[in-house]
Amino acid sequence: MNEAPTVPQVLPKLRISRLTPERSGVGEFLRRLRRNPLSVTGLAIIVFFVMVAVLAPVLAPPPRGWRDPYKIPNESFAPDPRPPRPGHPFGTTSEQYDLYYGVVWGTRTAFRVSLTVIAISVAVGLVIGGFAGYRGGGADEVFMRVTDVFLAFPGLILAVVIVAVLGKGLDKVLIALSLVSWPTYARLLRGEILSVRQRDFVEAARALGASDVRIFVRHVLPNTIYPVLIYGSLDMASVVISAAALSFLGLGAEVGYADWGQLINLARPWIIGAPGNAFQYWYTLVYPGLAISLFVLGWNLLGDAFRDIMDPKLRGQA
Amino acid sequence: MTAFIARRLVLLPIVVIGTTLLIFALTQLLSPAMRASLFVQDPNQMRDLEAIIRKYGLDRPFYVQYWEWLKNVVRGDLGYSFVARQTVAEAIRSFFPTTLELSLFSFGLLLMVGIWLGTLSAVHKDRWIDHLSRTVSIVGTGLPTFVWGLVLLLLFYGMHPWFPPGRLSLEAYLYVTSDRFRSYTGLLTLDALLNGQLWIFWDALRHLVLPVLTLSYFTAAVLVRVMRSAMLETLRQDYVRTARAKGLPEPVVIRRHARRNALIPVITLASLILAGLLTGAVITETIYDLPGIGRWGAQAAQQLDIPGVAGFALFSAVLVVLGNLAADILYAFVDPRIRY
Repeated sequence: MNEAPTVPQVLPKLRISRLTPERSGVGEFLRRLRRNPLSVTGLAIIVFFVMVAVLAPVLAPPPRGWRDPYKIPNESFAPDPRPPRPGHPFGTTSEQYDLYYGVVWGTRTAFRVSLTVIAISVAVGLVIGGFAGYRGGGADEVFMRVTDVFLAFPGLILAVVIVAVLGKGLDKVLIALSLVSWPTYARLLRGEILSVRQRDFVEAARALGASDVRIFVRHVLPNTIYPVLIYGSLDMASVVISAAALSFLGLGAEVGYADWGQLINLARPWIIGAPGNAFQYWYTLVYPGLAISLFVLGWNLLGDAFRDIMDPKLRGQA
Repeated sequence: MTAFIARRLVLLPIVVIGTTLLIFALTQLLSPAMRASLFVQDPNQMRDLEAIIRKYGLDRPFYVQYWEWLKNVVRGDLGYSFVARQTVAEAIRSFFPTTLELSLFSFGLLLMVGIWLGTLSAVHKDRWIDHLSRTVSIVGTGLPTFVWGLVLLLLFYGMHPWFPPGRLSLEAYLYVTSDRFRSYTGLLTLDALLNGQLWIFWDALRHLVLPVLTLSYFTAAVLVRVMRSAMLETLRQDYVRTARAKGLPEPVVIRRHARRNALIPVITLASLILAGLLTGAVITETIYDLPGIGRWGAQAAQQLDIPGVAGFALFSAVLVVLGNLAADILYAFVDPRIRY
């Protein structure tokens, strides 16, 4: 494997590659994706969760006249969790919130949280990182120091402070996580812009008399946005984990909200079971825990595939 | 290299001041009465809120307030944390050893496992050991710390009561808090050895097993992946081929030529590891009821103990900044190609 290929071996390959048109775009992307069984698994998991989220009203219809579908219905406030039974396929948590309903609608919450946080971070990163990268000089220096400050805090810890100051709740979690993650996007975009800014087509546009805004929007941005979007897909998993961690710490969604982290928080006091039967309340942890772990696994597998496909250095390497 | 380190040292105070500014800006969202607790050293002072607000100019422009607050911070006065029932500085002093002990054990474990498994995986690429270690690592990066911690607690405390939560058993706790036991470092395992009390050492170690496993899994999983790809990269280098061609035995080639160079990119993970340990400590200490700064920070946030949260966050940020500086210097030292 290590010896260099001989000339006759190389030649036919060269000819073939010159004759066949350059493969690129979505088709090539999917072809590469299909080749790796792990990526296919990741894609299948995510497609499954998307379907659960879309079909939530069918899979777990809220009771008639229920105002907020994200509020899990409960029949009583009895404190002990009860095992799976007809009508409650996954059992109920303490205070009798239906786990099946919570897990299904929690899928929607997971997508809502991660997509919102990433959209806000990309938008803010785009404006601030774009400005810093395109302008350079003093603006860039200030920008770098500001992001240094944000990145000095471990993400979750800064989010904890923000939620503590703003108050508990899922909307506050969204704000906190966006505030924590925009600097990474801004920096990524700045770096991309710094490399694109020097390229000939930007110079050409400038020579033709295009304005700064026009150059940025028409020429620089389209050439820099893809790495940011790829990073965003890699980030889905960690945003969902952070949001769930805040709910687990009792800082996020309120009790009874369809959110995986909140359900796991409800499982915590019951985790060691009853004397002689450690697994008495297994369902309180297993269903929401499985949901979040699979969701994260799916995005991680898919993210790996993106990275391998996008990074030519890693191509051909497992 | 001197210039590189000098630049880092110049930037360091700027970033630290920036972190105080950020925390201060966040507290500005609260009412002056709520912020007053940032300035007291004793809950009794809170009786006269008006006096505190006037004294520290809490109703004056933000730069006046920031200056007053910063003077206090520099002096180490970060306010009174009612969750900890002591001042923030005292709270950090009393809670940090628990977190430090937990992090040190986790750090040791994750470095050993990560480097060992990553190397093994790369050397036996596409064999069963590689598949096994990649599976373990992909599960580790996917399993949230709080799920993994609860699973461990269920299996090894609920099902088999081998590793109870908390920091010590009651018996050991009573001994440690009595005056027969001298506290040197606050790290219980080390103090137990210094006191010559082997049974306390074992007791403390037994209580550390699950938290350490919980805290190290995620970071170890990341390390395995980085180590594996770095090893694959170096194993393809010419100097490795040269070493093999010289007829060196394979273990020497791997240990001395390949792994040593593969460790360089691992240093860049230091920042991620440090942040990961601090974040993980919040969750882990909450699950296992360990009196560390992470559990304190989480409780402070739940109960709106603003000085507690702010102090905890500032302390974490300073730790990360210093850790990053150390990693950068180490990196420049180890890899002579880095000379900014």
